[in-house]
Amino acid sequence: MADIRNNFVGIKSPNPFWLASAPPTDKAYNVVRAFKAGWGGVVWKTLGEEGPPIVNVNGPRYGAIWGADRRLLGLNNIELITDRELQVNLQEIKQVKKEWPDRALVASIMVPCVEESWKAILPAVEETECDGIELNFGCPHGMSERGMGSAVGQVPEYIEMVVRWCKNYTRMPVIVKLTPNITDIRYPARAAKKGGADAVSLINTISSITSVNLDTFSPEPSIDGKGTHGGYCGPAVKPIALNMVAEIARDPETRGLPISGIGGVTTWRDAAEFLALGAGNVQVCTAAMTYGFKIVQEMIAGLENWMDEKGHRSLDDVIGRATPNVTDWQYLNLNYVAKAHINQDLCIKCGRCHIACEDTSHQAITAMVDGVRHFEVLEEECVGCNLCVNVCPVENCITMQPLPAGTLDKRTGKPVSPTYANWTMHPNNPMAKAAAE
Amino acid sequence: MALSLHKEGIAGGRLSPEQYAENFSDLHPPLDDHEALVEADRCYFCHDAPCMTACPTAIDIPLFIRQIATGNPLGSAKTIFDQNILGGMCARVCPTETLCEEACVRETAEGKPVQIGRLQRYATDVAMGRNKQFYTRAAPTGKRIAVVGAGPAGLACAHRLARYGHEVTILEARPKSGGLNEYGIAAYKSTDDFAQAEVDYVTAIGGITIENGKALGRDYRLSDLVEAYDAVFLGMGLAGVNALRAEGEDCDGVADAVDFIAELRQASDLASLPVGRRVVVIGGGMTAIDVAVQSKLLGAEEVTICYRRGKEQMNASEFEQELAAAKGVVIRHWLQPRRVVADGGKVSAIELEYTTLDGDRLIGTGETITLRADQVFKAIGQSFVPEPLNGASMTVELERGRIKVDAEGRTSMPKVWAGGDCVADAREDLTVSAVAAGRDAGESIHRALTSNGRA
Ligand SMILES: Cc1cc2nc3c(=O)[nH]c(=O)nc-3n(C[C@H](O)[C@H](O)[C@H](O)COP(=O)(O)OP(=O)(O)OC[C@H]3O[C@@H](n4cnc5c(N)ncnc54)[C@H](O)[C@@H]3O)c2cc1C
Ligand SMILES: Cc1cc2nc3c(=O)[nH]c(=O)nc-3n(C[C@H](O)[C@H](O)[C@H](O)COP(=O)(O)O)c2cc1C
Ligand code: SF4
Ligand code: SF4
Ligand code: SF4
Repeated sequence: MADIRNNFVGIKSPNPFWLASAPPTDKAYNVVRAFKAGWGGVVWKTLGEEGPPIVNVNGPRYGAIWGADRRLLGLNNIELITDRELQVNLQEIKQVKKEWPDRALVASIMVPCVEESWKAILPAVEETECDGIELNFGCPHGMSERGMGSAVGQVPEYIEMVVRWCKNYTRMPVIVKLTPNITDIRYPARAAKKGGADAVSLINTISSITSVNLDTFSPEPSIDGKGTHGGYCGPAVKPIALNMVAEIARDPETRGLPISGIGGVTTWRDAAEFLALGAGNVQVCTAAMTYGFKIVQEMIAGLENWMDEKGHRSLDDVIGRATPNVTDWQYLNLNYVAKAHINQDLCIKCGRCHIACEDTSHQAITAMVDGVRHFEVLEEECVGCNLCVNVCPVENCITMQPLPAGTLDKRTGKPVSPTYANWTMHPNNPMAKAAAE
Repeated sequence: MALSLHKEGIAGGRLSPEQYAENFSDLHPPLDDHEALVEADRCYFCHDAPCMTACPTAIDIPLFIRQIATGNPLGSAKTIFDQNILGGMCARVCPTETLCEEACVRETAEGKPVQIGRLQRYATDVAMGRNKQFYTRAAPTGKRIAVVGAGPAGLACAHRLARYGHEVTILEARPKSGGLNEYGIAAYKSTDDFAQAEVDYVTAIGGITIENGKALGRDYRLSDLVEAYDAVFLGMGLAGVNALRAEGEDCDGVADAVDFIAELRQASDLASLPVGRRVVVIGGGMTAIDVAVQSKLLGAEEVTICYRRGKEQMNASEFEQELAAAKGVVIRHWLQPRRVVADGGKVSAIELEYTTLDGDRLIGTGETITLRADQVFKAIGQSFVPEPLNGASMTVELERGRIKVDAEGRTSMPKVWAGGDCVADAREDLTVSAVAAGRDAGESIHRALTSNGRA
């Protein structure tokens, strides 16, 4: 039986599924329910400075986009950090940690970008005996207008500076939560590392407007006729998060820096993908907010099952396994040739592959052969782009089949080369390095 | 209640009012908004969609379904009406299981086609519910066309011509318009007086006058019409019913299925409609199923369909046969009627002979069976009655007993077109086929009257 116990920067949890800092972790009541349901850990809803509590809007905070049957695909929110008293939160954290010693409990913090503020809050948090802190440099709305959240996360120098303060004033592990609202995620990650961070977590939410009400012309969610950009999360953001995790995992300057993967994790499979790209564990928010805490049971069982089937004994067998396979475009093998192939027994003759290829690709799929509706790939036209595979409604009906070395590529009229050759060596590349004769 | 339920002979009031209401409610209830969105989302938006090819009126099905999915039911309805102005009725009565839905790729994929018929009803209901008219008439052309018969063929033809700015007069023998939509379709397929509502919706375009109670051959002659109008369209349907050719078929209690259904459709109170305790239906098509099921729903205790060939040869679709079975109708095969047994002038039983195939030929085996019956329905097909046509010296040529037409619906007589059940063409006898024929004839008439579409 696979062992899915997790050790993230020394913080131990029975499984790698943590709840991300958000409404599901806002107070003891929710967190205790989460632990009862089986979550391995939580990052408490972000704490702010001592003083008058944060105020939230009193109207809708969420917007969403849906797929078929109103399956929630993307969620957007304009909520701020916790709106409860700091002392109440700290007491509850202390109490919960005491009652649930085997679960990870990390406190998320966001205070103004001045040393005094951090110096003031850190001992108070440490006193709760929680397992670590996460610096919220990600919130893209509201808090950023006040010089916090993503306003800090978008300036690598600030990140480095704040992380240094934190490492100075606490012994707890410091996880830096990154904002995706930046052009190159490697810079804030490098800054976090330079400042001495124990780990990074990502992604926080993505600035977004989910929709516009076409009757009132207000963005949604609408507060008295006006809207503002919110933070986007849920299944729709997973591909963006995966890439950012991979970028940090394979950057020579940050390689080895532990990563907590966040963004759209909804099933065990999503989690396994984050782990494979280099995340040490995952955090979940939207999936829990959509289905409740019970989903963790599917995640745990699914991950164990898959690991058993594949013979992975512990998370270490999985973490980072896909990282070496992420490379730059210029290093992809241009001598690799694949062609689409349609399994006629599975084909239901919807014609989507044909029209996609005909209208928008390479005119490589028939619609009619000898007067009969028939869909077949013309190898002499197929560039192997994979579009038809993606639009075909029948799983595995169209597959991409690599041509073995030596066979004739009917499109180019040339045999498939057995050797690896990429763009850096390609004759059409003016910058190509001369082939070593 | 129990007493009247089992009353011997042909009697009304077998059920409680609630039972009648429930039995004759919508066969396929309408989809609500969410159901429609979910179902619409199942459509793959196929290229050169097989469903569209299978639709006799060639409605752009993937497009109308996508319009439902994107929250544009009115646009969807227009896509439907562009090809089929009776899309509302067709959505209710089309045997989709042998048309569009049979061809749907999801039928191939998982045996569960997209519910095209119900989606079509959803969109057309929205448009008709709001009385949204999509078409305005072109400038008047001054051309006048007579249409004989206000059934699906006649209505579709009239609407097409009215759109082009022609002036249409529909002459209809019956007091109500709609043809078999009004008098023939099973009551649970067309509820809430939908047929009449649809006639009103179609004629609301203007330029169409319906004169009821005007029968060709009785009140006027074809030659009169040809003289008085620029063109004539005949959409008269099938007025005749085939005989059983069984001894004693004239006795009390033996009725034409279509007449009975017409009476049922017009009944203001179903309890007043008498039905037998033991009903035998002779036939194997849609009409046989419809009369059997509706007899059962009216409270008949035993209803048996007797068909002279096997299950595979039945004209009624698989779905309809299953529907009948589900309602408790017994379908027996390889039986042909020999003699209606009467008792005091009233039918008491029917004697049938077993049949078999001798090569291609159907023959009686000599073995007989007698089924008790207090009502027998003849549903062995309808026929075209040509007499009203050829009262004058001019003749309209027939073919296989129906009006002969070319691919555009032109008859042998100049200025006269025809379509729907009354013609001999490759189309099936279905509402949707009649609509297609009427529409296409309308186009042909328009081309003829305007030198290729230009007025
Ligand atoms: C019992 C029954 C159930 C059916 N169920 C279905 C079904 O579920 N689905 C389906 O698709 N199809 C069904 N059909 C078939 C369908 O109803 C017909 O194919 C369709 O109505 C044909 O349309 P039409 O316009 O050609 O003829 P009709 O609908 O028959 O209309 C002809 C019109 O012409 C009028 N007329 C006739 N003679 C004259 C005259 N001399 N002068 C003036 N007017 C005249 C008639 O009164 C009638 O109004 C059913 C048919 C029957 C009999
Ligand atoms: C309503 C809401 C409130 C959130 N509040 C916080 C917060 O206070 N602190 C924080 O670090 N992240 C916050 N987040 C971001 C989540 O922790 C998480 O990074 C993001 O939702 C992506 O994960 P997901 O796709 O699983 O939801 C919030 C998200 C949501 C939906
Ligand atoms: S892989 Fe691309 S080019 Fe080849 S058939 Fe499919 S869509 Fe066309
Ligand atoms: S998309 Fe797939 S199912 Fe549809 S025609 Fe092409 S191969 Fe067949
Ligand atoms: S065949 Fe089925 S899936 Fe394809 S367009 Fe028609 S209804 Fe949609």
